[in-house]
Amino acid sequence: MNLFYLVAFLSIFFSLLVIFTKNPVYSVLYLIVTFFTFSIHYILLNAQFLAIVNFIVYMGAILVLFLYVLMLLNLNKESEPMKSNLLKVAGVIAGLCLLLTLAGSLKLVHVSDPVLLKNPDIGLVKNLGKVLFKDFLLPFEVSSILLLAAMVGAVLLAKKDPNNV
Amino acid sequence: METITQSIQGVPLNHYILLSSIIFTIGTIGVLIRRNAIIILMSVELMLNAVNLLLAAFSVYRGDASGQVFVFFIMALAAAEVAIGLAILTMIYRNTNSTDINILNRLKW
Repeated sequence: MNLFYLVAFLSIFFSLLVIFTKNPVYSVLYLIVTFFTFSIHYILLNAQFLAIVNFIVYMGAILVLFLYVLMLLNLNKESEPMKSNLLKVAGVIAGLCLLLTLAGSLKLVHVSDPVLLKNPDIGLVKNLGKVLFKDFLLPFEVSSILLLAAMVGAVLLAKKDPNNV
Repeated sequence: METITQSIQGVPLNHYILLSSIIFTIGTIGVLIRRNAIIILMSVELMLNAVNLLLAAFSVYRGDASGQVFVFFIMALAAAEVAIGLAILTMIYRNTNSTDINILNRLKW
């Protein structure tokens, strides 16, 4: 039980560091640590498949992509454009209002039953594979089309326009 | 593995919702206060992850595997979104030599 609160504190701390660090490269590195704490959360929930996929897809693929683009565009300098202090304070206040609304509505609902692991093998690969390929077969195929479209689109967008050179 | 999963026994569902709300809010604040488009994309990733964690927690709470399958689909969608977003950013950088979103206000009326 205490482990959950420790990891939750770490996730909040590192995600705050992500948005308040000036250097974008440090931001990406803190985001990696944040996603690692999310993986620990999944392991605590016994969702082993999600923990591994989170580890591989987010920390392995997506963040390497971010880091690669940062290095490619050479943005790893401290003098990046920042908003004025007034806009920053306004943004933080707006975000806190959102949090207040969410927490207030949560207080009204009274869902405070403890999370129990009713079915311990729910997050294992075997069980999830059965659900994925029986009940969610069509969405699975559609998501493969989405990935193909994204790949073609990314290549087309990032390619140099021959008329523009 | 048993001893690890024992440690969440007794965490109320409220605390998972609160944690996800806080991280979602941090992502929103990141979108609002930063001007670098890459950091804004990273904040969007943070928001997606908060929702993922909440879906997984609800899935365990209800004893239903569908929530975890949804998380898997969201992860595939996030990968596509980042690939497209970073390609657009590279193109913008090639045309304007910066990733500052204040330059991109030509559609503003």
